[in-house]
Formats: sequence, C-alpha cells, structure tokens
Amino acid sequence: MARSFSESFEIRGRDFLEAGNVSTGIKRMLKELGVSKEIVRRVAIATYEAEMNVVMYAREATVTVELTPHFIKIVVDDRGPGIPDVELAMQEGYSTATPEMREMGFGAGMGLPNIKRNADKFNIGSVVGKGTRLDIVVNIN
Amino acid sequence: MILSEIRVLLSCDVFAGEEYLDRQVLYGCASDLMSDVLAFSRSGALLLTGLVNVQTIQTAHIAEVDAVVLVRGKKPDQSIIAVAREKHVPLLGTPYSMYEAAGILYRAGIPSTLQCAPKVENAHRV
Repeated sequence: MARSFSESFEIRGRDFLEAGNVSTGIKRMLKELGVSKEIVRRVAIATYEAEMNVVMYAREATVTVELTPHFIKIVVDDRGPGIPDVELAMQEGYSTATPEMREMGFGAGMGLPNIKRNADKFNIGSVVGKGTRLDIVVNIN
Repeated sequence: MILSEIRVLLSCDVFAGEEYLDRQVLYGCASDLMSDVLAFSRSGALLLTGLVNVQTIQTAHIAEVDAVVLVRGKKPDQSIIAVAREKHVPLLGTPYSMYEAAGILYRAGIPSTLQCAPKVENAHRV
C-alpha cells in the first residue's frame, strides 16, 4: 500500500441522527485502500470518539484525513465552546455531559482518553469561545 | 462458539443479520456505556447491552463487534434494525437480564474481552 491522499469531511454539532457517519465513511475508505484491519479499527475508534465530542459539544467541525505510506493523520478542528481545562478533560471519568448525551451511551468521561489510547501521537489545543483542535496520528508500520 | 449456538443458549429473537449466524464469537463484553465498549471490546466480540439506540449499532460497527444482543426483552425500533442491516451487524434480543446472559455465556466458555481478575495465589477459579 503506497498511496497517499488527503480528504476532508464536515460534522454538524447536535445532529445525533447523523453522528458516526463521518467515522464510518473514513473506516470504509481506509479499508478499501488496503489499510490493515487493526489500524483501521484504531483510527475508526479515535475518530468516532472525536466525532461524538463534536456532536455533543461543538457547532461544527472539519475532519481531515491524511494517508501516507507510514502513518494516518486525523485532524478534527471544531468551532465551539472550547475546553477551559484540557488537563482535567483528559482525565478518565471527568465529564460535563448532559443527561441527553448520557442516554446515547456517551458522556462518561472516556472520549479523550480513548482517543489518546488509540493514537501513536496525540495533541490537543483549545481556545475557550473559539474551539478545539485534535491531531491524531496512527502509525502504519 | 458460533452465533446460532448463542441464539439457542440465550433464547434469542433475531432482529437483523440472520445471514451472519455462522459467525464465530471469540469474546464477550457487557455494557451500556459505549465509550467502555470502544475502550475494552475486541474484534470478534459479542456485546450484551441494555442501550437500544442507533449509537449502539454505530459503536458495534466501529469497534468491529461481531454481534449485539439486547438484554431483558428490549425491542429495537425499525430505524435501529435498518442501521444494523446496513452495517451488517447481527442484532439479537434475549429475555435474560444482562447479569444472567453474561453468566450463561461465561459458563459456556466465552471469555471476557478484558481480563480483570486479580492475580493472587488462591484466587477463586471457575
């Protein structure tokens, strides 16, 4: 597998019916490009958690997927409230979710730690009142 | 163990994925928290859950969970069944509670996706 490419997708906040469709599309695309099952699973889980965070908390986001022969990079750049205390948000179990979010099976404070667990490199930057950007890298080799 | 054997063990209705009942189930997990499923499930696992919505199916698909069994007689609506068919996720339902269903599968030899038993000398053996 020596192909390289980049593609972008849009996620709409609060759209619970469509939630997960961007991650599902990225998963399908990587599978079709011949990326191994275990790598696809890690990328899909990290992207899905990020997508659910956007749907639950932000107005909208752009997701960019970059595939190279050596790694897959996912950037999730949202327009939303931002995170006042990133260190606190990274702790398992810390959550500001509403009952509606919890009814969906999310909002247990596992999302960001789950993303980090599935990434080889992970970076989070957030500006309160503007938005949050996640850089997720999964190595292929 | 294949899914059709689990269907019998748990007296399941099959809501979607009749054509996948020959799938091998290697592990089991039970949770209503989808982030826990994403963190602790594995490919080839069966998920027991009481959470009945579209995200249950999306989560199973993303985490490559091989089958979802709804517990305590819960019934999915048509929109959930449609997503399960579209994503090729077998969706079953059992009258047993989550605790009972997990116990039946564990006793039948299906291990957990996550081994949490403490490693002590005289730990209880099953």
